[in-house]
Amino acid sequence: MHTVTYLEALNEALVEEMERDESVFVMGEDVTWALMGSTAGLAERFGEERVRDTPISEAGFVGAGAGAAMVGMRPVVHMLIAPFVYVAFDQLVSIIAKSTYLYGGQAKLPITLMAPMLYNRGNAAQHSDRPYPTLMTIPGLKLIAPATPADAKGMLKAAIRDDDPVISFEDGGLWGQRGEVPDGDHVVPLGEADVKREGDDVTVVALAGAVSHALAAAEELAGEGISAEVVDLRSIVPLDRETVLASVAKTGRLVVADPAHEMGSVASEVAAIVAEEGFWDLQAPISRVTTPHTQIPYSAALERPLYPSADRIAAAARQLMA
Amino acid sequence: MRVTGDDLREMYRRMSRIRQFEATTKELLLAGELYGAFHTSTGQEASIVGACMALRTDDYMVGTHRSHGHPIGKGAALDGLLAELMGKETGVNQGKGGSMHLSDFSVGSLGETSIVGSGLPVAAGAALGSKMQGIDRVTLCFFGDGASNQGTFHESLNLAAIWTLPAIYVCENNGYGELTAAHKTMAVEQVSERAAGYGIPGVTVDGQDVLAVYEAVSEAVARARRGEGPSLVETMTYRFDNHAIGIRIENYRDPAEIEHWRTRRDPLVLFRDTLGERGVDGDELDVIDKEVEAELAEALEFARSSPTPPPEAAFTHLFTNPIDA
Repeated sequence: MHTVTYLEALNEALVEEMERDESVFVMGEDVTWALMGSTAGLAERFGEERVRDTPISEAGFVGAGAGAAMVGMRPVVHMLIAPFVYVAFDQLVSIIAKSTYLYGGQAKLPITLMAPMLYNRGNAAQHSDRPYPTLMTIPGLKLIAPATPADAKGMLKAAIRDDDPVISFEDGGLWGQRGEVPDGDHVVPLGEADVKREGDDVTVVALAGAVSHALAAAEELAGEGISAEVVDLRSIVPLDRETVLASVAKTGRLVVADPAHEMGSVASEVAAIVAEEGFWDLQAPISRVTTPHTQIPYSAALERPLYPSADRIAAAARQLMA
Repeated sequence: MRVTGDDLREMYRRMSRIRQFEATTKELLLAGELYGAFHTSTGQEASIVGACMALRTDDYMVGTHRSHGHPIGKGAALDGLLAELMGKETGVNQGKGGSMHLSDFSVGSLGETSIVGSGLPVAAGAALGSKMQGIDRVTLCFFGDGASNQGTFHESLNLAAIWTLPAIYVCENNGYGELTAAHKTMAVEQVSERAAGYGIPGVTVDGQDVLAVYEAVSEAVARARRGEGPSLVETMTYRFDNHAIGIRIENYRDPAEIEHWRTRRDPLVLFRDTLGERGVDGDELDVIDKEVEAELAEALEFARSSPTPPPEAAFTHLFTNPIDA
């Protein structure tokens, strides 16, 4: 084990995968300058042929990633920030998500998009999106949202090795968080949720930045005699239904904490799955702790209360126990 | 560029394949045996074949919604294409893509794409891949006059230029983006003028003259293979059919204009004349037409007798590496 930050863990993943496989290359805006940190030192180590600064031209370089992937490369495309995927949306939806299917399996698209989410830091409506709910509605994309340094590294490595398009949603709020990462070739398979804390009374399914809030809430609840189980979803597509349903079967109560806007969120999807397949295990209604359906305002006084917090998660759990 | 007699005959054969394939499939569509949005390449055969013949089989090609001609031009067999249009399991895409998305990766056809302009970045990426792999393959991207107004045109040509990518962007300018005349949608005369904005060569050629297209694209291919970067080639052509078969609005084109192109500017007729001047006998070309007719009849038989995909095939190929969760 060694201890690194979430951002350093991402960097380790990139370095190791570029060392391991010559077809892996990184491109995006200002990647040689490591504007977002995770690409630090790559250009010096691997050269500017494999670490490419692009013009501010998202549709162009995301689509170019698709073409390079189709002919045998493994591009890692850095989006700078997650909402910039909108600028490349047609390439992402019409080309990247659909080409394997449209051409009857002739096209393989091993492309990874790194999409940092920079919310809760005064970036206002256009720069603060957590756009994974929009993307999870599109068949053909795999989506991950790691919440710890170990998962950030292990899942990014799995994403790069996967033969399908994967979008990795980094939570910018976790970049500085330190954590233990196993030494050696640490790969975390996609599609597996992680039970972060065991409990008997209520299940809290959380993802990305909401996981640490869920753990803090569980700690708080424990002091009140409520035993909360915390499930870190980690992977949005594929979604580990089994782990979620097994946990709810045990506890009989479900809170889902998701930093995205509530309508059509991952929280909504998890709630729907449990309502359909785990209904008879439930002793109380399902509760979603999400961001309300409004724009993200600039003022910190307005922005901060909008996201899931330990207090909101704990309050939701208490209500289910009442 | 040295063009051998065999090359000339192969060009004619591919043009004949496209012409006859489109005539047959249009008939089948109108008879209800085929379905879906249907854009034919009839009239644009010289542009397609002239460009494709300048490529090697292992070079890549990306196409458009007007998707039948390009894979044929690149050398794809007709049976898999026809079976695809019929939604059969034996289709090139196993019945997943249909008319607007024909492909044949075995001959370098990386897939046609039906969102106008969406193939241009993909082509830049395929060219980038070949360059990074140190392989001397080039990528040719077909697109239309309409696509040249999309942001992806600008972004892709810019990327290809700054990264000196082995890409050839071939604009088939057929005068209309869907129903709207090209001159109403751009302030320059020719799409090729836009090449200046990227510091790359841009030329306009007669798209009904297969040898003129072949020569211009060959030059662009040679430049790309030498590692000197991308080029833009604009071929002035015309589609003999409406934008899509079944569209009832036809008055956006002057009937005299359509008549002029069909009777005076038919690329097959023009090429037959040229071949005659070069000593290729008309009877020999008739034999090629007959051979293509037989090939098409066989393809039709193959497609008709092929099974439809089983219902569970709707769920395959969503991922290359499906993960159960």
